[in-house]
Amino acid sequence: MKVLAAMSGGVDSAVAAARAIEAGHDVTGVHLALSPSPASHRNGARGCCSLEDARDARRAADVLGIPFYVWDVAERFGRDVVDDFVAEYAAGRTPNPCVRCNERIKFAAVLDRALALGFDAVCTGHYARIVDGTLHRAVDDAKDQSYVLGVLRPQQLAHAMFPLGETTKAAVRAEAGARGLGVATKPDSHDICFIPDGDTAGWLAARLGAQPGPILEAETGAVVGHHDGAYAFTVGQRRGLALSQPAADGRPRYVLDISPVTRTVTVGAIEALAVDAIVAGPPTWCGAAPELPFLGLAQLRAHGEVHACTASLDDDALVVSFHDRPSGVAPGQTAVLYDGTRVVGSATIARTLPETHCATG
Amino acid sequence: MVYLDHAATTPMLPQAAEAMTALLTHPGNASSLHAAGRRARRVVEESRETVAAALGARPSEVVFTSGGTESDNLAVKGLFWARNNADPRRRRVLVSAVEHHAVMDSALWLAQREGAVITWLPVDEAGRVSPDVLRAAIADSPDDVALATVMWANNEVGTVQPIDELAAVAHEHGVPLHTDAVQTVGQLHVDFAQSGVDAMTISGHKFGGPIGAGVLVLGRELDCVPVLHGGGQERDVRSGTLDVPAVAALAVAVELAVKEQPVRAERLAALRDDLIVRVSAEVPGARLNGDAVLDPAHRLPGNAHFSFPGCEGDALLMLLDARDIECSTGSACSAGVARPSHVLLAMGHDEARARGSLRFSLGHTSVAADVDALAAAIAPVVERARSAAAVR
Repeated sequence: MKVLAAMSGGVDSAVAAARAIEAGHDVTGVHLALSPSPASHRNGARGCCSLEDARDARRAADVLGIPFYVWDVAERFGRDVVDDFVAEYAAGRTPNPCVRCNERIKFAAVLDRALALGFDAVCTGHYARIVDGTLHRAVDDAKDQSYVLGVLRPQQLAHAMFPLGETTKAAVRAEAGARGLGVATKPDSHDICFIPDGDTAGWLAARLGAQPGPILEAETGAVVGHHDGAYAFTVGQRRGLALSQPAADGRPRYVLDISPVTRTVTVGAIEALAVDAIVAGPPTWCGAAPELPFLGLAQLRAHGEVHACTASLDDDALVVSFHDRPSGVAPGQTAVLYDGTRVVGSATIARTLPETHCATG
Repeated sequence: MVYLDHAATTPMLPQAAEAMTALLTHPGNASSLHAAGRRARRVVEESRETVAAALGARPSEVVFTSGGTESDNLAVKGLFWARNNADPRRRRVLVSAVEHHAVMDSALWLAQREGAVITWLPVDEAGRVSPDVLRAAIADSPDDVALATVMWANNEVGTVQPIDELAAVAHEHGVPLHTDAVQTVGQLHVDFAQSGVDAMTISGHKFGGPIGAGVLVLGRELDCVPVLHGGGQERDVRSGTLDVPAVAALAVAVELAVKEQPVRAERLAALRDDLIVRVSAEVPGARLNGDAVLDPAHRLPGNAHFSFPGCEGDALLMLLDARDIECSTGSACSAGVARPSHVLLAMGHDEARARGSLRFSLGHTSVAADVDALAAAIAPVVERARSAAAVR
């Protein structure tokens, strides 16, 4: 097969490309330039699209002896991932940009272009497995990235290749070293690649400006503090609230609800965070649509816990009822359904049930 | 392998490689006073005389450098500083809109850091600076011009400038003219004295010499402030121990390239004309960029530059590369991301046309089979790139 290996400059994608070559494929490396004005150097473990990363990717491709190109997808990435990220926070939701990137960039814009250029598949360093055309968790639980791939449809999976799904991260690093790849000891990237200093609130503030508003206590409706922008908060957040009055019971308070229209952030006790069910947007099935109601597992954030659940459809909307009561579930997050290790599908959370109670209305 | 990227670099001539390897194990320092130094100096000075003779310059006007970029930096910055020191009113640098980045960015740096003011010289659709444009730019305020710089022939679209006319116009007001002539040696008749220019950039590896060796031909009477300071080599304008083997190889290459230029240019022009006809026939929508007049007064004989509407240049390059055909998008590659060429934009083309372009450049090893291979590959490659661009 003619395989396009997406190479970020990190160790995972380099080893994935090496394995694709070893499997006998005709591999071409491509680094996706995501930023119109990339930083010249990596800053610790953050970010993944500096010029240094592009050079690391090129160097790895040279060691592997494959052609290498840089594809400029900055415009698409800016529109479909970064702008979406800002708009979602502005609307009081909590997006996962990695999910959006896989959905709209790597396995859409890039895959489509690759297929049009005569490639058969796109290979990435994601830790996940494709077994008989279905998506499964990686064997390395700690590195499993099937969650951020839960948005892929069967025809996308049919052209995807994840050579690292059967391996642990430690083994990948060792293999990189053995193959003479200089990125073997490069730190893992964390956080959001387009916010290199990790300060999401500050990054959002620079784009959305100050939007001050009150922080309300859910039970009493009392104003217990003020904020400079509701977008800086996530449902379930505890730190950084800077409340002027302690709770009557002296217990910590958590963000329960964010209302960007009224610029109101509502806080309350941890119990109020627990949800019975979520209502999510139309689901994307990674394989054949499951029989409904679907009895299985739901994961609500990357590397988050799984929850036993029953999922069904209400018109277009996916309704997921939990058998336990998960906490800190934010609209905008992706709910991914699993049947054991198999990824069944996903949907973006629209609201949680019960709705957060707020004394003022 | 079909190599159609000679404007990027062309293989070393065997005679040049031989001259270089012969000296590599006993170079000597040309500044030393002992016998080894004298031997090295003799090689350097004979090379200087060879280069001067080949390019219509005096030996004292040949300043050896590390290549085109250094020569451009030295000429633009050095002449600016010298002219500005002599008369502080001289702050303007007249720069054609189609210069190589080595010239353009040197001028931009002067503007950012040294108080220079850039006057961009616009070009016509062929990429040419009209002498009237230069005349008007100088006449605007003749006393504040430090220098003008216009490349002899463009590296992307191959347009040849009326360099002697431009030099004459500059001299009407006593303004020195620098020209980046990196693309010309071996392709055009290049005579420094005859052209009238005051400073001329040459790069060894563009005509069969080594990479890392170049020349700034600098008029004898011209004052130039150095960029590199040190031992005072090269007229005190360019310090640094000379790379004797590279200098010798450059001299061998320039002599051969100039001697063979008339024959080679004719052969390359015939191949290039064939390439243009066949690519145009295979891809009916293809548009030739640069000057449509294909004689050497208008266009470098080895240059063909096309836009393929509906395609991305980088996709075309990749698809051709996969078929062992090597060419260039010709655009500056900053951050690894291809930007639309400032040359094509300056010629009045839109971004889409600039992005969908490829440069094919022929050189001394080019043969008819290279053109055949391109003609056979280009139509399916363009078709595929078009379908890829459509899904974006």
